[in-house]
Amino acid sequence: MDDLYREVIIEHYKNPGFRGELDPHDISFEDENPLCGDHIRIDLRVNENEVVTEAAFSGHGCAISQASADLLLEFIIGKTLDEIRQLTKDDLLELLGIELGPVRLKCALLSLKVLKAGVYGLGEASDSLVEGD
Amino acid sequence: MNPLDIEAIRKDFPILQREIHPGKQLVYLDSAATAQKPTRVIEAMDRYYRWSNANIHRGVHVLAEEATMLYEDARRNVAGFIGARDAREIIFTRNTTEAINLVAYSWGRANLQAGDVIILTEMEHHSNLVPWQMLAQERQVRLEFIPVTDDGLLDMEEYQKLLMLAPKLVAFTQMSNVLGTINPAGEIIRLAHDAGAITLVDGAQSVPHIPVNVVDLDVDFLAFSAHKMCGPMGSGVLYGKTALLEKMPPFLGGGDMIRKVMLRSYAPNSIPHKFEAGTPAVAEAVGLSAAVDYLKPIGMDAIAAHEHEIVSYALEQLNQIPGVRILGPDADRKGGVVSFTLDIAHPHDVAQILDRHGIAVRAGHHCAMPLHDRYQIPATTRASFYIYSTREEVDHLVQGLEQVKAIFG
Repeated sequence: MDDLYREVIIEHYKNPGFRGELDPHDISFEDENPLCGDHIRIDLRVNENEVVTEAAFSGHGCAISQASADLLLEFIIGKTLDEIRQLTKDDLLELLGIELGPVRLKCALLSLKVLKAGVYGLGEASDSLVEGD
Repeated sequence: MNPLDIEAIRKDFPILQREIHPGKQLVYLDSAATAQKPTRVIEAMDRYYRWSNANIHRGVHVLAEEATMLYEDARRNVAGFIGARDAREIIFTRNTTEAINLVAYSWGRANLQAGDVIILTEMEHHSNLVPWQMLAQERQVRLEFIPVTDDGLLDMEEYQKLLMLAPKLVAFTQMSNVLGTINPAGEIIRLAHDAGAITLVDGAQSVPHIPVNVVDLDVDFLAFSAHKMCGPMGSGVLYGKTALLEKMPPFLGGGDMIRKVMLRSYAPNSIPHKFEAGTPAVAEAVGLSAAVDYLKPIGMDAIAAHEHEIVSYALEQLNQIPGVRILGPDADRKGGVVSFTLDIAHPHDVAQILDRHGIAVRAGHHCAMPLHDRYQIPATTRASFYIYSTREEVDHLVQGLEQVKAIFG
């Protein structure tokens, strides 16, 4: 009945494939959406060619933020860090396959912000990481 | 028996007729965030701009005098609404937040020194927390907090112990915007005065919903917002006792707050103008006054009784839904606010699915992050009621929650 809660979103929310923490890890970053308190941490392991071999996320939040994190990590396994740096808002929205209003967009983009801030080795996950195309 | 003619009242609020999604009429359960506006308020502001608009306190032309009169009438009307003896005790601000900041800057910086104690509570909105944190950082003032019990009540025994620290100020909300708890303001103020402290009440949630009389309460400062009581956004009020206000230094500097200005100095105006620098929000004051004129004949006792009936019904209905956890005390100790969690879905998802049914609720921490930390939950869904809320709207909420369970179950 509800486009936003397509089966794939609910499925990834209820049964995430990439939930957990990686210890040790090569890259780890966490941040939250101060508006709603959604919190996401992402851990990555990469090989000598900077290809992501393992990924995991932890934290809490709404179905959109958690499903988005799970779908994103599924997508980046086997990708290079350089490819991850090129990811945009639109790439993530394509993965989710839903249209989002401005408020829920922040929920969806939190995982991408955290991922890119980690890959760039930044101190904070700025909105500018996920703006534009 | 409901003392209010809800059907007639609902007709006063044009927005309540709006179809939010095809076939889904608005069910507005977010009045603790902001109340909807009756036609009377909208028209009063419209009339002001169409007929009387001018800058106040200066011009001698008809419009300037009329606008000044409307603005000062609004002040008198608001004073009467909260039982203030003197209209000069009413300072117009932008909102509750600005009113509290005014006290923190003006009274706080003139009266507090390193080591002085301010008592707050664990259930404060950020607006009655952050201004004091800022002051504490600047002045090395010590903040202490009255704890909240598991039932969502202030721990009055702990409060009595804190009073032994000889606080200079006790600042607290009269009604929690999350728990709905109506705090025993009169008792808290009396005990504070006995301990030599002055008091500030955050009335953002109480003034719109229950009778509040500043003389009966003997409160020193009361802050509230127009927009939560059927008035416009951008208009708030600080009530302060004359003796305190007169001794306080100005807040913002500029026009209207001065008696005389030389190149290198100024003499401040008398109260309340001393605290109202620059052109004020005149239309908004007129709108607030119209809101007072709307609420007064209905009666704050009747409004409180109506909300009590609705919130009792809501608690009864929501408690029957498995997986729902409600924060705060029982209906007899709270106003028209119900914050809850649902075990299988995040509050954002709950609010989003309810929205699809035209039901407007709030999800998040409601500007009270420390309180949510206290209960170890990141967020809640909040339904809040007002003069126009009905039992049928509560039924819609319950049906909406069944939909949430169908999607996430």
